[in-house]
Amino acid sequence: MRAPVLLCLSLLAGFLPAPGHAAAAQPVVTVADPYLEMRTGPGQGYPIFHVVERGESVTILKRRTEWFKVRTDHDREGWVDQAQLEKTLQPDGEPVRFGALAFGDYAGRKWEMGALGGDFGGANVISLYGARHLTANLSLEVGISQLLGSFSDGWIASANVVHNFFPEWRASPFFTLGTGMLDVSPKATVVRTEDRSDQFAQVGTGVRAWVTRQFILRAEYKSYVVFTSRDDNEEVNEWKVGFSFFF
Amino acid sequence: MESRFLILLLRRAVLVALGIVAATPALAADAVEAGPEGQAARHRVIEPEIERRDIERPRIDTEDFEVGLYGGIMSVEDFGTNSVLGVRFAYHISEAFQLEATYGQTDTEKTSFELLSGGAQLLDDEERKLTYYDLTFGWNILPGEAFFGRRHAYNSALYLIGGAGSTEFAGDDHFTAVVGMGFRMLPNDWLAVHADVRDHLFDTDLLGEKKTAHNIEAVVGLTIFF
Repeated sequence: MRAPVLLCLSLLAGFLPAPGHAAAAQPVVTVADPYLEMRTGPGQGYPIFHVVERGESVTILKRRTEWFKVRTDHDREGWVDQAQLEKTLQPDGEPVRFGALAFGDYAGRKWEMGALGGDFGGANVISLYGARHLTANLSLEVGISQLLGSFSDGWIASANVVHNFFPEWRASPFFTLGTGMLDVSPKATVVRTEDRSDQFAQVGTGVRAWVTRQFILRAEYKSYVVFTSRDDNEEVNEWKVGFSFFF
Repeated sequence: MESRFLILLLRRAVLVALGIVAATPALAADAVEAGPEGQAARHRVIEPEIERRDIERPRIDTEDFEVGLYGGIMSVEDFGTNSVLGVRFAYHISEAFQLEATYGQTDTEKTSFELLSGGAQLLDDEERKLTYYDLTFGWNILPGEAFFGRRHAYNSALYLIGGAGSTEFAGDDHFTAVVGMGFRMLPNDWLAVHADVRDHLFDTDLLGEKKTAHNIEAVVGLTIFF
């Protein structure tokens, strides 16, 4: 059953038009440096098989990370790195700029997504979150975490308000306040007890640091107060590190 | 000395006078503008000769994401080896590094103990199904080209994978560490063929004693760059 499905998909993939060919107008640039080196693959180790001379033009077909696939007037195709391609000229004589995301863009970001891992009161925790930045300082976050402990597993769904104290700093500290639901079920091998679903409030602090392009390293500590149905509330500490990207 | 000051003063006076004379036509033009033909006159006076240049960033198709399916075999410690099927989604950060999310599923068999004892059942049918998800970091340690015959050369890479995730098996979720390596070959620019071997490690006490289970998976897959 599974093999035919795979075969069909692979056949279908073969007949689909190449995703790169959908673009209507592909930019044409003129070489301004003495030469432009074309490699056989998108990486610095691939051999240079063709050189385009000054004054000749190439068509940019597609981009993969910092490498660009180009086609010459003589229909030769190869890969050129960003640094070299930025030394070519557009038809109006302007130099080509690809606008690599920089720290300035990080400060003006609107959306952010990330994954974190760490420890939640002795259990392993894996989290995914998405954030919407309202102002440079303030953002709203929603997240989902899975708890994987020795004696119990669980899920956490949370919503937070995050305040960035110094968004213009490369490593910016933040403060967060939020609430959500915690669902815990004991392991199957542990003597059966009931699953619990409780609301919690959390307060935390952390730091997010811009690394490169759209990537941010993030480390945070949160203190949870779980409003259990028992007499006492439960307090749990959580530590997480991970990384996120903005777009 | 005094005559030099006088000359400077006179020169300044002449300049100011010239300035007033030069300004007169401009004042006259302002007066004309107030009239019915004012609009036309203004256009004649300050006709823009250079059009504003539109600077456009080139729109280039960026293909940093990869999505696809894979299938193969997965050995689950004590529970036999069965076919596994999964999906993968990757984001290429640079030519050397990528982030990947995978989700897969496999069935497991009875343990030797269950088979030998005759009737004993450790798990029910639902608990025998194993599903996992992983978030991994990949490093293209050996990029290169693979040759097929004399005429064909395909870009390829050998990569190392490491990460973490969760495995659901025997009614429980287990925190899982993942290590492995894979080989990727691109028949064309947007299609990739993968062959991976990954070990999923998690702690289990299902058979009475706590131990780390190694669950080794060997898969081949197809992905599309977009």
